[in-house]
Amino acid sequence: MTTTRSAPRATATGPARGLDVADIRADFPILGRAVRGGRPLVYLDSGATSHKPRQVLDAERDFYTIRNSAAHRGAHLLGEEATDAYEGARVRVAAFIGADPGEVVFTKSATEALNLVAYAAGNAATAGPGEPGAAWLRLGPGDEVLVTEMEHHANLIPWQQLAQRTGATLRWFGVTPEGRLDLSGAGRLINDRTRIVAVTHQSNVTGTIPPVRQIADLAHDRGAVVVVDGAQSVPHRPVDVTSLGADFLAFSAHKMLGPTGIGVLWGRRELLEAMPPFLTGGSMIEVVRMEGSTFLPPPQRFEAGVPPAAQAAGLAAACAYLDALGMENVAAHEGTLTAHALEALGSIEGVRILGPLTTDDRGGAVSFTVDGVHPHDVGQLLDDLGIAVRADHHCAWPLHRALGAAASTRATFYVYNTHDEVEALANAVRQAQRFFRA
Amino acid sequence: MEVESMYQELILDHYRHPHNRGLREPYSAEVHHVNPLCGDEVTLRVALKDADGEPAVADVSYDALGCSISQASASMMTEAVIGKTVGEAMIINGAFLELMQSRGTAEPDEELLARLGDAVAFEGVSRYPARIKCALLGWMAWKDATAQALETLEQT
Repeated sequence: MTTTRSAPRATATGPARGLDVADIRADFPILGRAVRGGRPLVYLDSGATSHKPRQVLDAERDFYTIRNSAAHRGAHLLGEEATDAYEGARVRVAAFIGADPGEVVFTKSATEALNLVAYAAGNAATAGPGEPGAAWLRLGPGDEVLVTEMEHHANLIPWQQLAQRTGATLRWFGVTPEGRLDLSGAGRLINDRTRIVAVTHQSNVTGTIPPVRQIADLAHDRGAVVVVDGAQSVPHRPVDVTSLGADFLAFSAHKMLGPTGIGVLWGRRELLEAMPPFLTGGSMIEVVRMEGSTFLPPPQRFEAGVPPAAQAAGLAAACAYLDALGMENVAAHEGTLTAHALEALGSIEGVRILGPLTTDDRGGAVSFTVDGVHPHDVGQLLDDLGIAVRADHHCAWPLHRALGAAASTRATFYVYNTHDEVEALANAVRQAQRFFRA
Repeated sequence: MEVESMYQELILDHYRHPHNRGLREPYSAEVHHVNPLCGDEVTLRVALKDADGEPAVADVSYDALGCSISQASASMMTEAVIGKTVGEAMIINGAFLELMQSRGTAEPDEELLARLGDAVAFEGVSRYPARIKCALLGWMAWKDATAQALETLEQT
């Protein structure tokens, strides 16, 4: 079967056009609700999960009301339609990241996608002779897995576990006080024993955008495979796997206006082909006998069980929605909000922003501490004023330790946020300081 | 502000001036508890004494890092249990747990409430479920430390 690379996404020409945020907000039913004390919702927690436009909700509902069936099964019309919806979504998602559909695996989430690669490597390490598994997968003592101190737990713990189970050594890039990756030891940390390098494409705490391409080039020189956590990048700026330089990219639908319960692992064909499955069962088999079974080629090899077709339909609609806005415009809009937030929060005495203080190679997560007021208390005060933020270690505990903070309050921005909301955030932080007499 | 029902002056006062803070000797047992959701932590020591044949709480000393609710709650907890017999202190501990799980609908025992002392101020916290673990951190640590201290007593 020949596959053709899908057409490149249309890119905006000329300067990014501003988003019509009022127009966009009208598409999101939840933004109309009132919260504490009847106040309007100021939602600054899209880094945790994003809201859904009507178009996505309709797509998922339409699947259930019109073409609901188990994809890749059934000798009937509904089965065909469900399969078309699922595979059509795969093509749509692939186009969103400039990939070949055959290299797009649907998972439960970005977390599961990252675990998939780690488990494939772990399974290969314990595989018998003659079972699939390229050299880079069969980790053992003496091999190294390289991560960073900046990672979300989803791109850290699976690698810790893999190293523990196989006897490989876990190593990591540290973080500078400014919240950038400390690449000074790259020559030492990326060496001939390095098998896997796992790095974030954008920190969910500091917004830092590490030089993934540069790291990937160094890793490839040593024959290592590069796994990138795109959970905070794919929803927020243009990402194209041809120029990314990575071998694997993980992201989640629910952080990009899509439904919960579905994520994506993109992986280079030749690498996926060498990987044993993670979850096994129906859908991913070729021939099954009691004595043993064989498996389908990727991506189906990694999609056990009845496909999440309704969720895939929702994700496809989310990709269409974002493409209509233009990812360059999405990134530009968030850039202005982030710059505004950095300035507005940074100018408050007693507030310390974690990470870079400009938008250079820095996306829209602004995490901060307030002298004398614990993040929980900041978050609680903000909640009372209708402002939703996150207040803990944001599933990046080592990063917080490295930056000298136990926890922080985090605001994240997306297509439906406004500059008025950034102002409201800054005013609320001041109010919290007064309330706690900090 | 709605949130003032949770952040009563009494709670903010204990946050700013925590009672019995610091790690002291002698002690019978020490524990370290963490709230994995947010990173709040407490190191807590319990010193037991004999009170007419019954174990009693001589001292509770602690070092803690956390939000105003967790810090104030730990402070009030020490006030509620120091000097009581372990039996009484466990009842008070149970009463506080019940208050936290009441979701603001508590119709608790007046007498039990009286034993909680200042800690009744935490009634408002039960209406903010996300903060219940904060309020319980110090109390659960004390319960754990005391259980360990009693075990050591039994072994000697």
